[in-house]
Formats: sequence, structure tokens, C-alpha cells
Amino acid sequence: MSALVSPAVTRSTISGGDAAGGWATLRRGLQLSPALREGLGVTLLLAVVATLGSSVIPVVIQRTLDEGLLGDTGVDRDRVWLYLGMAGVVVVVTAVAGYAMKYRLFRSSEQGLADLRIKAFRHVHDLPVLTQDTERRGALVSRVTSDVDQVSLFLQFSGLLVIISIGQLVVATAIMSFYSWQLTIVVWLCFLPLIISLRLTQPRMTRAYAKVRSSVGDMLSAVSEPVVGASVVRAHAIAGRTQARIDASIGANLSANIRAQRLVAVTFASAGLAGGLANGGVVVLGVLLGLAGELSIGGVVAFAFLVSLFVGPVTTATQVITEAQNAIASWRRVIGVLDTPADVVDPGEDGSALPTGPLPAQVRHVTYAYPSGPVVLRDVDVDIPARARIAVVGETGSGKTTFAKLLCRLMDPDQGHVTIGGVDLREVSFASLRGRVVMVPQEGFLFDATLAENLRYGKPGASARELRQAVEDLGLADWYAALPAGLDTEVGQRGESLSAGERQLVALVRAYLANPDLLVLDEATSAVDPQTELRITAALNRLLTGRTAVVIAHRLSTAEQADEILVFDGGRLAEKGNHHDLVGAGGTYARLHASWVAQSHLATG
Amino acid sequence: MSADTLAGAADRPGEGATGKGFRILGHGIRLQWRMFSIAVLGSLVYGALTVADAWVLGWATDHVIVPSFERGRLETGLALVTVGLFVAVATLRALGVIARRLIGGLVYYRLQAQYRRAVTRRYLELPMSWHHRHPTGQLLSNANADVEATWGVMMPLPMALGVVAMLVFAVVAMLFADVVLTLVGLVVFPLLFVINVGYQRLLSPRVARAQQLRAVTSEVAHESFDGSLVVATLGRAAAETERFARVSYQLRDANISAGRIRSVFDPVLEALPSIGVLLVVALGVERVMSGAAEPGDVVQVAYLFTVIAFPVRAFGWVLGELPRSVVGWRRVRAVLDATGEATYGTERLPGDGPLSLSVDHVGYRYPDSSTAVLRGVVVDVEPGRTVALVGLTGAGKSTLSSLLIRLFDPTEGSIKVDGVDLRALSHESLAGAVALVPQHTFLFDDTVRENVTLGLPVDDSEILEALAVAQAQGFVQALPGGIDSRLGERGTTLSGGQRQRLALARALVRRPRLLLMDDATSALDPDVEARILAALREHSRAGGATVLVVAYRKATIALADEVLFLRDGRIVDRGPHAELVARSAAYRDIVDAYDTAREAHVDGEVRP
Repeated sequence: MSALVSPAVTRSTISGGDAAGGWATLRRGLQLSPALREGLGVTLLLAVVATLGSSVIPVVIQRTLDEGLLGDTGVDRDRVWLYLGMAGVVVVVTAVAGYAMKYRLFRSSEQGLADLRIKAFRHVHDLPVLTQDTERRGALVSRVTSDVDQVSLFLQFSGLLVIISIGQLVVATAIMSFYSWQLTIVVWLCFLPLIISLRLTQPRMTRAYAKVRSSVGDMLSAVSEPVVGASVVRAHAIAGRTQARIDASIGANLSANIRAQRLVAVTFASAGLAGGLANGGVVVLGVLLGLAGELSIGGVVAFAFLVSLFVGPVTTATQVITEAQNAIASWRRVIGVLDTPADVVDPGEDGSALPTGPLPAQVRHVTYAYPSGPVVLRDVDVDIPARARIAVVGETGSGKTTFAKLLCRLMDPDQGHVTIGGVDLREVSFASLRGRVVMVPQEGFLFDATLAENLRYGKPGASARELRQAVEDLGLADWYAALPAGLDTEVGQRGESLSAGERQLVALVRAYLANPDLLVLDEATSAVDPQTELRITAALNRLLTGRTAVVIAHRLSTAEQADEILVFDGGRLAEKGNHHDLVGAGGTYARLHASWVAQSHLATG
Repeated sequence: MSADTLAGAADRPGEGATGKGFRILGHGIRLQWRMFSIAVLGSLVYGALTVADAWVLGWATDHVIVPSFERGRLETGLALVTVGLFVAVATLRALGVIARRLIGGLVYYRLQAQYRRAVTRRYLELPMSWHHRHPTGQLLSNANADVEATWGVMMPLPMALGVVAMLVFAVVAMLFADVVLTLVGLVVFPLLFVINVGYQRLLSPRVARAQQLRAVTSEVAHESFDGSLVVATLGRAAAETERFARVSYQLRDANISAGRIRSVFDPVLEALPSIGVLLVVALGVERVMSGAAEPGDVVQVAYLFTVIAFPVRAFGWVLGELPRSVVGWRRVRAVLDATGEATYGTERLPGDGPLSLSVDHVGYRYPDSSTAVLRGVVVDVEPGRTVALVGLTGAGKSTLSSLLIRLFDPTEGSIKVDGVDLRALSHESLAGAVALVPQHTFLFDDTVRENVTLGLPVDDSEILEALAVAQAQGFVQALPGGIDSRLGERGTTLSGGQRQRLALARALVRRPRLLLMDDATSALDPDVEARILAALREHSRAGGATVLVVAYRKATIALADEVLFLRDGRIVDRGPHAELVARSAAYRDIVDAYDTAREAHVDGEVRP
């Protein structure tokens, strides 16, 4: 994911688990989600009250026992009832403060993180990586889903617990010092080895959990083999091999989980061990101190109580610190998305509008390389007159798709510039650009909704009549009539209830509704049945009429009838001209054409 | 372990969800009873020693602290015994914690692994028709999230059982200290338990709803990012953000609603033991005043209260997990109980070289469908011939090629190669002799080499040769690691045409005696397709394979010695392409469709 992370974020990622990185993340996180800060002071105040209360209650109880029951003068009933009354008030105040604090925290963190999630989602749509690197999409989805969920769990549970635990440790230490500073030191000395060893085991813990996560990824991938690849597994009789791969990945996941569990169990247990040691030490040294006149009997017993106040928060803190680190890493990833500058920036209000009417385009000495990749377009220079029909031809990887994307400003060239209607594309506001310059991708991507909703992606708010008219204009009335529920037909996930050809038809109608002046079209390659093929061809012809059109041609038949053909080869514009001239020139195009003619006419003879 | 044993805990009519949940627990315990017993033992030790800790403190108060103060000195022996007791109790308790958490975790993770293996094993055994009836996402979650949900309850279970013991210990210890004060415990502990159950009952539907909304949020993000090209060029990013914001806010509200329940119950559950202690002290004062109890007894009971308060919640965790467990189990069971394994024979195909193919009155009807896809299909292909299957979408071409590799079995008639019924052949023998190249293939998250060989022991020269025939050597060599480059999720993305070429190489490297190509070159540029077809012709002439190819394009059809024309599940005509063109108007319509499409906008240009 390095390509996605800005330099500043990369640095803090490298500095990994250290506190500075964590604090920086926290600060930036709070800055990005203002709702998290709203009323934070009150929430923290309530947290202090709740923490104080939960620490004070045992002390009050202990003093009740000490002074009221075990006092030198025997049982002091009035004092007991006074203390019990006070304790009762503290219990109620603590519970109410606890409720108010938690509820406020849930509300503000959910609000803040929902805003963060939405902000990150919006930003992802501005990132070029989304349209360039399809493999990274899954990772981007997790930035706005599971990563945000992690942060939310952290803020509401472990983060809060860490703060409360530390608060309780401070309070416990203060109360203990009030009784006896010597015994306080004894308790701290008993826990010191644990705290030191925690700092040492922390990196191991982090690694162990990282291993668990990666083993889950491997396992999911292996498990998908017999499901997604069912027919391959069956056809090649590789069930045994597949099962072995799955079993291995499940085994790896099992042992990674157990390794992590072992570390957790041992740290958890050693906290208890330190507690036992502290208890014994306190009793023995407490008696010695008592004999020296420094402490009462009650003081010693009180201390034994206080040690348990110490063990609880230490155990909790050891457990949640690992979770906290994972959460901080998640937060950092979400922030990383937001801090990645959008390569293609909308000039917005400051931008100019495209002139009305059909649009010409000029591509001037354009060079483009994908980030940390090879140069895919080199010094391309083309003039596209308004209303011209241009075919782009070339082998896979020749740069023709990149050329098309630059025309729609899905990215900006590294060198040179693209102008449409005489305006540099970088200066055109998106409000004016999108809708007037439209690209129809190769695979007609549809959303899991009705046909009508999908068509309205082209023209928001279009009436049902307009939609049906568009279908008719493209000559698709007979196809439409055969749909089970007309405009209300559900197209299914990614449009899979429709055939590939039908999806392409919907994409064409959608583009027609957008009514662009420059249309960039990546011709579909997958074979559809001849009837649909004819429909697509006819609809396409009507769609292109009167517009400037750039078509990435996979079928040379499309190229034959273009006003001009651009032939790309290895990132360069190798040839340009009309069909006749290029066939005559005997270059790359002539070769491609000859082999295509040979194929399609072999059989007809 | 057989799927049969794992299936356990059968449904009983009229049984409630909680009863069902307990039976799942019982089943999990039976499968891992040794480890589970150790975990529970650890939990018991932990519980007993937590109580013992209070007892040691009480003992130290009465026998060490008070007497030492009275005597004015601390005996060394006594000091050592005190420290020794505390440390011994803490050590034993630590061991208990390790047993409970580590061994308890082991039980949970092992059950998960065991069931994941069992579920995926079923995926490999169940027939394609079963796979087709179940959405991919569902099957993936059956093996993962559902297994996890089923056994999630095993994690807190040893703790909860240990708590039972702890409660018993505590109550006994209290009874020894003071009977009346114990009564407070007998009121407070059940109250804690009841509140906890109510808490979980209120919480779990809210958590489930949040979980479901989380899935919806993820789906919207996935879809929106997948459609990014459409979203970008149509300028719909703002509208998409609105759509995402709607579900995000629903998720926010669901989380807040669950959070509200938590905010109410957590402080109550924390306060209750404190109130119990206050009650004990209040009552205790009166008891001590009346001489019915010693101050030490009151201290001990009070301490027991604070110690027990937290672990009692483990009950709530178990009960809260149960409904999730029942749902997960039902889904997992649906896979384990599915029937209809694909069965194979034991015969092997003798000899080598191209196979003859004989399809005898074959009919096929998809399960739950009333119309037949294939009807009375009769085909005889001599060894080494190349046959093209031509027909409109839905004519049954893909179904027929699937039957030839036994992805499905015909519902009528039989299929033989070299005179042997396909169903009599062993799976290995069939897969070794017949290879299918589909239009869309699955690539494994592995290297190019592994994706081609799929574990077949072949040397590099054979892999390279297969790649060469499939016109894939060029792009494979251009990959950073050549044939050792990783593909898939964490590797290189291949285009549709590149995937098709790898699928072809995958089939060719097996040296099939019958090669089935189901529209396998559709995503290729014409130029590349032509090179493949030429190479394939060379290849099949040299190696000798019978080839059956499903095709639309004339160039593909041109490869064939003979054409089978399929319409509505029947073979309506067969013969050389030229003859079919001459005598069948319907056939002409189909194969000329591309040319017709082309001529529609060529405007009468004259071509050779």
C-alpha cells in the first residue's frame, strides 16, 4: 500500500509502535473528527469522577471496617453508619457518572467515526489508485470499514480502559502513599519486573497478532479455492492437493492463534503472580512497620485490600495495550487515506467551464508513467476535431487505455497537457467536465439496484418516460420489452442477472442519458450472442452520432469505419490516418488487419 | 474425524434456542473433552484459589497481623509462611489462568480448525450442481464466519464453569464465617446473574443489527469502488458519498443504541457488588455488636464479595454468545448434511493418443428446472478430429462440454470415450485424459508455475512449451519474476485475455487426449487468437488430441473438421462448415452475425 501513503504518513508508519507516532496519530485523528472533541472535557471529567469513585469505594469500606469494627475502642456503630452512608452516595454518584460518561463517549465516537468514514470514502473516489489499480480496491474498502470499526472499538473499550486503568493506578498509588509510602514502594517494586517485561514482550505480542492476521488472509484465500474454483478443482481432479493447501493454511492459522494466546495467558498470569508477591510482602513488612510504630493493624489490612486495587488495572492494561496498538495502526491507515493528496484536483469554483457544443480535443506531447512503474505513454501528440470518430488500436499494454483515461482526466499527464474545447483539462471544473466528457468502460458495470436506478446514474432525477425514451432512441425497444419487470428489473450484484451483452447495453443507455459531447468508449471484448452483438452495434452507432468519439477498438471492423485511426505501440503513437492509408502504408495496422481478415474469412471462403 | 461425527447435536423439534445452544456446547465439549476438562480444571483451580486468597488474608489478619501486634514482634517463621502462602496461592492461580486461557483457547481454535476442514472437505466432495445452487459469499462465510460464530461461546465457557465452582467455594467460605451475612450473598449473586441475562438479551439483537449494517456498509463501499470508473466519469462521487453516508449513519445509530444498553448496565453491574459489601458491613456491625460474629468474619465476607463480582459476569458472556452460536451452527450443519457426492469409478483408460468420443442419446435437465437443456444428443467423434459446437446462447453448448468432463452427469443417456463410460473411470484417469478450458477460469493465489501445473510433476520445458502454444510466454516472461511471479490477491493482476491464455496452458500441459474449449479465446485480440489457433493446430497434429471447441467466431470454427449445430438442446445439423452454410439459413444467420454487424457500418467498402 506504499503507493497510497503520503511521505509524512510513511515516516510515522515506519516509526511504528513508538509513543510519538501513536500520539501524532491520536492528534491528527482528533483533528479529522471534530465530533470526537466536542464535549470531550465533560466526558473526561465524568471519567475522572467514575475512576475516583471506583477507587474510593473500597477505601471507604476498608475505613469503615478499620475504624468502625476493628478500632481500639470496639465497634463504633455511628461511625459505621456515617461511612456506609457516604459510601452509598459515592456508589450512586460513580454509577451515574459512569453511565453519563459511557453514553457520551459512545455518541461522540460514533458520530466522529461516521464522519471520518464518510470523509475517507469521498476521498477514495478522488484517488487515482482506485481507477488504476483494481487489486488494491479490497484494501481501500477495509480502510473505510474494518479499520474504522477497529478505531471505534478502541475508543469505546480498550482506549477507555487504558485511561481508566492508568487513572486507577494513580489513585491507588496516592491512597497507598497516604497510608504508608514505604509499603507503596514495596508494591511498586513487586510490579516493576512485570512492567519491564511487558515492554519487552510487547513487540512479540504485536508480531504474534500480525501473524494471526496474515494467516487469516491466507486461510480465506485457500478456502475460496474449492468454492470459487470449484469447476477447476473438479475438472483437473486436484481435490487432494486443494485440501492439502486448505489444511495447511488452517493449521498455520491454528498455530498462530495459539502462539498469540500463549503470550496473552502468560502475561495475564504473571500479573497475578506479582499481586501474590506484593500481598505477602505487604503483610510481612506492614507488620514490621507497625511494630516500629509507623502503621496500625487496620493500616496493614487496608494495604492488603489496596494491592487488589492495583492488580486489576495492571492486568487490564496489559491486555488492552496490544489491542490499542492495532487500533492505532488502523487509525493511521484511515488517516493515511485522507492525507494522500488527490492527484486529480477539481479546480471547483475557480475552474473554467467547457464551451457549449461538440468538443474538439488536443493532446500535446503527453507522457505518462504510473507511480513507480514504467512509462506507458511517451510524447503523444494528437488533434481530435469536434464530431470526429477516432479509433484507437494497439496490443494489450500499448498505452491505449491510458490515453483514453487521460482524455477524461481520470489522471493528469506527467508531461504535456490535454485541452478540450480549447481549455486545459486541469482548469476545467468537475461540475462542467463530468457529464460532458464520459467514458464507457469495457465491462458495463452496474450497481445492485433496478434498471431505472442504474440508468439514472447517467442523468440523476430523469423521469421514467425519459428513461424509456432513451432506450427507444438507441433502438432497444424490443430488448426492453422482453425484460421481466421493465425499468423495475433488478439487475443483481454487479448486474449479474443480466448477460454481459445486456450490461453493455445498459451502460450505453446510461451514457446516452448523460448526453456527453465527448465520448470515450472501451469496446467490449467478451463474446456475446450475435443478436445482442447486432443490438450493441446499432445502439452504439446512434449513441456516437453528433458527438466527438474516441473508441478503443478491439474489433478492426470498428477501426475500418473511423475518421481516423490511432495506432499505439509500446506507449508511442506509431501510426495515424484512415483505414485506407494505413493499410496502404504496410505498417503495424496493416499487419493487424491482414491477420484479422484472414481469420474472419477463412471459413466463409 | 468423519463428517458424521462432526454433524452431532441434531435438531429436536420444539426445542428452544437456549436448549439448542446448550446442546451445541455439549457437542463441542465431547469433541475436545480432554483439553476442555483441563481448561475447566484450570478454571476451578483459579476460582478456588481466588477464594483461598481471601482466606489467606483472613488467616494472616487473625494469625499474623493481630498476634504480632499483640506480641510486639514478628516471628521469622511466621513471616516466611505468610509470604510463602501468598506466593503459593498466586502461583497455583497463575497456572490455573494459563490452563484456562491457553488450553481453553486451544479447545476453541481446534474446534474451529476441525470444522473448517470438515466444511471445506464437503465443498470438495459435493457436486457442481450443489455449488451452483449456493452463492459464493454464503459458502465462504460458512467456512469462516459461521464456524467462528458457532464456537465463539467455547472461549468464555471454562471461565463460566469455573465461576460456578468459585461461587460454591465462596458461599461455603461465607457459611463458615457467618450464616446471616451469607444470606446477603444468596440474594446478590442471583440478582447479578439475572441482570446479566437481561443485559445480554437486550444487547445481542442490537449487536447483531450493527453487525449486519457493517456488512451492508462494506457492500456499498465495495460496489462503489468497483464501479469507480462509472462514478468518476459520470461525476457521481457526491451522490455515491450520500449513499454511503446513509448506511454509515444507520450503523452509527445501531452502535449508539447498543452503546446505550452497555452504558446503563455496566455501571449497574459494577455498583451491585459494592452495594452488597455495604449491606454486609451494615449487617455485620449489628452482628458483631450482638456478639454473633467476629470482626474478622465480616472482613472475609466483604472481601469475598469484591473478588467474586467480576467473574460472575462470565455467565452473561456465555448466554450472550448462545444465539449467535445457534445461527452459525445451523448454517455449518447445512453444508455438512448436504448429500450427493460426485462418485467416480475405478477404471483406467488404456493406451494413449487421441480419444474417440461417443455421446449416446444424452439429455440434461438442471435440478429444480422443468425444461431440459439437452435432449437426445447423439455425437460420434473419431480420434484426432476437431469438432466445433455452434449455437445461440442457451442452446446447451456449455452444458454439453461440462458433461464431457463430468462437472455434471447426464440425466439421460451415456457418454463414452474409447468405449469406456465416463462414470466408470477413476477421477484421476478422467482428468488426465480430458481437459476443459472455460471462458472464465479461476486463478489460484499462487505463482504462474503452480497455476499451470496445479501440482502436476512436469519440468520447466513442458511448462514453457504449453505457455508458448497458448501465446502466454510473452507476457509471462515480462512479469518481474517470470513463471515464478505471484498472481492473484497479493500478486499481479492479469487481464481477461491473459487469464484465458493461462487456462489454455493449464490444459495443454496435461497433454489431454480430449481437449474441450468452451469459448476459451473470446477475450483475446484477433491477432493473438489467430496465433493460438495456428499453434494449437500444430500441437494437436503433433501430439494428437481430439478437440471439441465451442465458438462464435468464424476463425475458431475454421479450425474444425466438422461442425455440430445446436439449437434448443438438440443437434439440428452437422457436417463441414461450408456444407452447413450452404444448406442452413439459421446456421448462416449465426455465423454471419459478426460480419453482418460489421457490414452495417462499413458502407460498401470492397474487401478481398
